[in-house]
Parts: sequence; structure tokens; C-alpha cells
Amino acid sequence: MLTRFFDDLRSGGIPVTVPEFLTLLEALAARVAWLSAEDFYHLARLCLVKDERHYDRFDRLFAAHFKGAERLFEALSADVPAEWLRALVARTFSDEEKARIESLGGWPELMAALRERLEQQRERHEGGSRHIGTGGTSPFGTLGYNPEGIRIGKGGGQRRAVKVWERREFANLDDSLELGTRNFKMGLRRLRRFAREGAAEELDLDGTIAATAKNAGYLDLKLVPERRNAVKVLLLLDIGGSMDDHVRVCDELFSAARSEFRHFEHYYFHNFPYESLWKDNRRRHTERIATDQLIRTYGPDYRVIFVGDATMSPYEITMPGGSVEHWNAEAGAVWLRRLTAHFRHFVWLNPEPVARWGHTPSIAITRELVEERMFPLTLEGLDRATAELRRRGVAPPPPMEAVSSPLPPAGS
Amino acid sequence: MTQTRFAGSERYVATPELALAVNAAVTLARPLLIKGEPGTGKTQLAEEVAAALGRPLHEWHIKSTSKAQQGLYEYDAVSRLRDSQLGEGRVHDIANYIVKGKLWEAFESDTQPVLLIDEIDKADIEFPNDLLRELDRMEFYVYETRQLVRAKHRPIILITSNNEKELPDAFLRRCFFHYIRFPDEATMRSIVDVHFPGLKRELLAEALAAFFRLREVPGLKKKPSTSELLDWIKLLLAEDIPAEALRSDDAKKTLPPLYGALLKNEQDMHLVEQVMFLSRRSRQG
Repeated sequence: MLTRFFDDLRSGGIPVTVPEFLTLLEALAARVAWLSAEDFYHLARLCLVKDERHYDRFDRLFAAHFKGAERLFEALSADVPAEWLRALVARTFSDEEKARIESLGGWPELMAALRERLEQQRERHEGGSRHIGTGGTSPFGTLGYNPEGIRIGKGGGQRRAVKVWERREFANLDDSLELGTRNFKMGLRRLRRFAREGAAEELDLDGTIAATAKNAGYLDLKLVPERRNAVKVLLLLDIGGSMDDHVRVCDELFSAARSEFRHFEHYYFHNFPYESLWKDNRRRHTERIATDQLIRTYGPDYRVIFVGDATMSPYEITMPGGSVEHWNAEAGAVWLRRLTAHFRHFVWLNPEPVARWGHTPSIAITRELVEERMFPLTLEGLDRATAELRRRGVAPPPPMEAVSSPLPPAGS
Repeated sequence: MTQTRFAGSERYVATPELALAVNAAVTLARPLLIKGEPGTGKTQLAEEVAAALGRPLHEWHIKSTSKAQQGLYEYDAVSRLRDSQLGEGRVHDIANYIVKGKLWEAFESDTQPVLLIDEIDKADIEFPNDLLRELDRMEFYVYETRQLVRAKHRPIILITSNNEKELPDAFLRRCFFHYIRFPDEATMRSIVDVHFPGLKRELLAEALAAFFRLREVPGLKKKPSTSELLDWIKLLLAEDIPAEALRSDDAKKTLPPLYGALLKNEQDMHLVEQVMFLSRRSRQG
């Protein structure tokens, strides 16, 4: 039974491994959880789930696998010592419940009813695997946990208690996220370029040995500045509108990039970069930086990462005045060319799935503008993007005059 | 060694699933990784476990500059070099320059200790990977002195994380994992009871209501948590604020009194003020 549960979890998308499963069995054998389905649930979650984002998925799979108590009852058909059940019932039921059971006719009646019920259950569910002996777990706990499950004291208008795993309290933590900050960081790490700068505070071993030897064996300590990641990154993010669907993944990329690079700057644009960008979305209308100024401020050694879905009307790229929110004197394509001419190391990360790129004309135009350096915002895409950014000696793009609108004028 | 099972203490309310998690970690001698919102008592748990089980506590607080090796030992080569220049006698034994780390200290403990590795996510992302073997086998090798350090008793290891970085899978596989859920109102009531016995029913009810109302404001950068609630109640008591002042239908007040203890962020205060303003407007109109 438990191995099937293991299989269910794996096929349900929870990355459970065999050692973790063995740990669960070990914990059961050590009687960490004893005779209660709720304890078993918590123990299984403790051992098998290592990310709170999977809690909800686990709850659903657990509920599906242990649906109702029926399957668990099969094992009860074995000869169960009456004292065992008695102890169990005494342990689990409140005084009030015990009183009600007494009114049913006392313990012998209860046991008889129980056995009868179990026989019925067994006939209906033939062919299940046997539960006893799977790593010391005891299914009887379900019985104790959920007295309504066997309907002692029939009727009475009691509804079934909602089990812990059926409450699905972690529902909002499951986001089926493929990429995490960690993965982004591992991807971005490949961009690192180390250089020594700042205060001399690290022991320079080679220098010290050389200086000490020169000093006739008397120690002469040499210090050097610490090696730091010297790569400079400029992140330009599309925000709002169609990007709302991708906010989460952009957040992750942003926080990963921010902590990974010391020289890190970011600016926002809407749909496409025009003559100005902004840094703070709440003050986007008052505090903007001109794109010209951006080009003057940050040297060509900055590596530029555009993040945007490039999904818009083609005119927003190719035509002056095409912007959805203001009058732009020059087309977005001109501005993008200026940026890519200045920053020779650049990539465009697109959170839209690659399969949809072909159906959106604006993506095709943008890809052309960024010289096919558009990559999907996935791990593999990020890898290719960082490889692209690391490349040296990129041929300079064609001069500005070459910019012309790739589409016929609108309205004709 | 007084007892072997943990079930909370008079200063710390542990939910049954948290107690189960701790007991499983103790029984199977596996590290327990604790995550949860800041201020839900992750760090405090280690102290309480150590106190409840009567074990010595070793704390290893992780910073962004922490290296795994520092938890094992450090070889102080520079002071040895200096000593050699001064002709000190102790320079001949390299063991004099091995500085023990927290993990080593815990391994040497005569009774089974509790080791807290606090905020493991603060360190470099390779940090957990560097501790895999040590946590698995509970032993490590000191290359300088050619000595194998093995734990006398496998320590009870509690690791906390604030989710700033994701932890590597290989590391996670070796741990038990428990996510401390934010307490519901009933649990919160018992937590407050533990900290402020004899608090007036009325004040407690109003304070909790105001607190949970505040937590429900959408878009807060940092939701107030248990520790903030406790600080706030302490302030309310010190200032002798009556329960009536906390009532929600008091239209004149925008924010609960002494809200500075609950909201730690200027943007959040601004946001809450706006929300309160809007709700008041809609009530009037």
C-alpha cells in the first residue's frame, strides 16, 4: 500500500526519493506516529515533502490515496485483539462519545457492529494489497480518528469531520513553479567575472612567500583586495499590461539578479523601450530617466538583459506615436537600436512560451531587432542567454541609418 | 536527561504537528528544517527544545559571509606564522592553531546536544551542500592534524530558513521539513495567554481582531507576525490603552493605537491608511 502511495506521489509531481521514503518507513517502525491517521499524515508530510509549495499537492494526493477509510478497513479482517480495539477506542473517543456508545448497548455490541461492517467492506473491495506489516504502520488509527467513518450511533445528523489534509490550508502556496530563485541564481552565476577591487584585506599567499623569502626568512605579510564579482548588469523590465501573467517569474529573476551582482541596475518600460524609462513604478510619471541619459550613464561594459513578452501591436514598435500610453516622437525600434548599438552585450528574455512566438508578429519584429538574441525565460533559455552575454568580440550592429520600418505605414 | 518527548512548554505553544516533527527528528536523529513567516518562533523553538529535553544548546548563527568550514574548524595560519617569528614553543604543534567550530563543539558534547543552525538561507547558496556529509555521517576529517572528529552523540539539529534562497535538493532530502503555519486565532489566543497570563478577555479579543484585520489588508510587504503582536500587546499594557480604543467601528481613528509595533514599513503604513480611508468613505456614502 505504501509503495503505491509513493508511486502516486511521484506521478503527482512531488519529487520524492527512495531514501526519503525509507526514512518514513523507519519513522513508522520507530513508532513516531502511532495509531492516528492525522499523525501519519503529518509524519508522511514531514518526511516526504520538502517545500511548502508542494503541501497543497501533497494534501490532494494524500486525500485521493486514502480516500475514506474503506481501504484501510481491509486489514481489520485479521484477528484483532479486542483489548487493542478497546484501548484504541478509549484513547480516541471523548467521554461524551463513550456515553453514546454505551447507549448503543456497550462494548460487545460495538465490536459486533464493527466486525459486521468490516466484513461488508471487505466484500466490496476485494483484491487490495494487505496493509499489515508495511513498515509497522497501523491502519486502525483511522478508525479512532474518525468515529463517523464507521458510523457508530447511526444517524444523529453528524457530518463527517473534515480531515486536516482535506482542508487544504496550503492551497495558495502551490504555484507549480518550474523556476525558483535558486535556479535563476545558478544560471546567473555563470555570468560572474572576478576582479580584485576594494580594500586589501585578504592574505596574498604567493606574495607573502615571495616577500618573506626576499626578506631573508623574516615574515613580510602581503594583503590583496578580495576577489569580487565585477560583472555589471542592467536589467530592463517590461511591466504592466500583458506582463501581469508573468509577474511571479520576473520577481524571481529580479531578486536572484539583485543579490547575485554587485553592479546591478534596473529600469522599467511598458511594452517597449521608448525615449524614457523609470525605476520606481509608483512614481513612473514623475521620475523618469531619458534613454539617452541611460546610454550616457552606463558604459558599454554593462550587460543588458531585456525582460518582456514583446506581445503588442506591431505599430507600437515600428511607428512614431505608436506607444499605448504616450506620444513617442521616434519609433520604439529606433530606441531599441540605439540601446543595442551602445550595449553590445545584450539579450532579450521572453516569458511567453516559445511555441507562441511564431504567432505574434511583434515578437518576430523584436527578434529581428535584437538580432535573434531572444531566449525563453526558462532555465535552458537562461543558460543560453548567459552564454550569449559572455561572448566577447560581438560584431557591432549596423549603423543607425539602417533603421527603417519593416512594415508598411498604417491606415493604407 | 529529563524526558525524551517534546510537547511545547509553559513559554512556548507547539502545535501537535510541530511537536511530532521535533519528536521524529529526535527519534531518528535527522536534521529538522523549519521554515515559516518571520516572527513565528523558529529560532526560539531550539531553545525550548533544549530546555524541555534538558540538553545543552549550541547555536550557530549564519551570516552572508559564513562558510561551512567555519562550523567545523578553522586553521589560524596567520597567528602561527607570527608565533614562528617570535620563536614561541607552541608553534610546533599545529593543533594549537585549530579553532573549533560550532559543529565540532556539538559533536564533542557528553550528552546529546541540540544544535541550532539559524537562518541557513543567509549564507552562500553552496553552503548547505558543503555540510551534506557532516550532517549525514556526523563526522568530519581535520586535514591539518589528520584526525577524524565523530559525534559522541548525534546532535538534535534544528535548521531555520527564511526562504531567502532555495536550498539544494540533496540537502533537503536529508532533512525533515516542517513549515510553521501562521497560527489561527485559537492558537494565537493560547500563545498570548502563555505570554500575558491574566490579560483582560476584552482587550485580548479586540487586540486579536485588530491584528487579524490588519493581516488581511492585501498587498502588505511585511504582515505583522506573532512576535509583533506580542510586542504590541506589551505596549498596550504599558500605555494602559483601554479595549474600547481598539474597536473597529471607531470611525475617528484610522489606525489602531501604537501601530508602529505592528507595521514596520512606511509603505505598509501608507497602504493601511489608504485602505482605512476608503472603507470609511464607502461606509459614509
